[in-house]
Amino acid sequence: MPRITVTVDGVKYEEDVEPRLLLVHLLRERLGKTGTPVGCDTSNCGACTVMLDGKSVKSCSVLAVQADGCDVVTIEGLGVNGSMHPMQQAFHEEHALQCGYCTPGMVMAAIDLLRDDPDPSEERIRHGLEGNLCRCTGYCNIVRAVRRGAQEMGRAVTMP
Amino acid sequence: MIPAQFEYVRPGSLAEASQALASDEDAKVLAGGQSLLPLLRLRLAYPSTLVDVGRLDELKGVHDRGDHVFIGAMATHDEVMRSDVVNAGCPLVALAAAHVADPAIRHRGTFGGSLAHADPAGDMPAVVLALDGVFVARSARGEREIPAADFFVDYLESSLGPGEILAGVKIPKLGEGWGFHYEKFHRTAQAWAIVGVAAAVKRSNGAIAEARIGLTNMGPTPVRARATESALQGMELGDQIRQACEEAAADTSPPSDLHAQPDFRRHLARVLTHRAVRTAAGTP
Repeated sequence: MPRITVTVDGVKYEEDVEPRLLLVHLLRERLGKTGTPVGCDTSNCGACTVMLDGKSVKSCSVLAVQADGCDVVTIEGLGVNGSMHPMQQAFHEEHALQCGYCTPGMVMAAIDLLRDDPDPSEERIRHGLEGNLCRCTGYCNIVRAVRRGAQEMGRAVTMP
Repeated sequence: MIPAQFEYVRPGSLAEASQALASDEDAKVLAGGQSLLPLLRLRLAYPSTLVDVGRLDELKGVHDRGDHVFIGAMATHDEVMRSDVVNAGCPLVALAAAHVADPAIRHRGTFGGSLAHADPAGDMPAVVLALDGVFVARSARGEREIPAADFFVDYLESSLGPGEILAGVKIPKLGEGWGFHYEKFHRTAQAWAIVGVAAAVKRSNGAIAEARIGLTNMGPTPVRARATESALQGMELGDQIRQACEEAAADTSPPSDLHAQPDFRRHLARVLTHRAVRTAAGTP
């Protein structure tokens, strides 16, 4: 069984994994990172989105062995000292969720989008989140939250 | 679902990878995995071994080689769409790469993987076919070049032989006067194309000097709209272009599925080809 080394939310793990183990199952079932849900079986929904070496990926479509030596950040690794990440806070403030199942993936995809465009337009946000499905909200509040999160993050960057 | 069991190897070189592949006919190449892993999860594929070429430097990167751009098989769609070399040398490839799936999948999915997978509904095959790309395959027997017209054999089937691995694709630079467009029709933002049209059009003195048109999902392989290409040659820009595009579905055998029946796909091919050609010719 291959042995992999992977850093998840700042903690380094060494794990023996079956080759067929998906990254999302490693996160949830071996490392207890249940903040990342499995939404579909077809790579469509994006609920399981995490950062792999700084870029968003659908963790149901990556084998754990492919993440060997990589750095993974999940929704659980965003907050600092018990306080929410500005994007999480913005989703809370704008009520950008109903059932909440898509939210971890939405937040990760939104943060990824801001790497590219720190101040995205509504259209850019809708395109940037096209790999993430929400079946409750109709997306309006999600788009508002990403705008707000972007502004908060911009403010945090420009603070002295 | 959880995939069926398989062995996993991560070779250190392309030669080793080719050997691993040649020694086991049920082995499959794993590139970015964005097509393969869904197939494994749905248990539509049961490879004995996955040969992971994801870390082979020999397959990475995009290179300007004078008269063509060489796109390494492991270049991701995200890299391709952002690459200055691709945007300058073969902009149609960059344009189309931005239409593939969604940002997270473009971070993992690879140019070579989507071509070797040979899914006629994928965006890249029709683009490379339209641009007359040349596929470079490597194996223990050496290197082989395969013209795009010979690469796609049938549904999900390429002409890569046992032990052969796609190293990359040469995309010829077309020079001055060309315009490009990729027109994709799909139900939802990240879905496969129901039909897609890749168009490269060369303008000269108010007329079309040459047109190259590749069709996505209009048959078991990507196809060229040859009849329309011929009809457009030398045609002045104007309403008659629509007439030429009426031939776009000639000699195609589009599939029937949940999203569209063949007659609807033929209709789409005609309409989308007209849009793609007009946009590529700069006359929207």
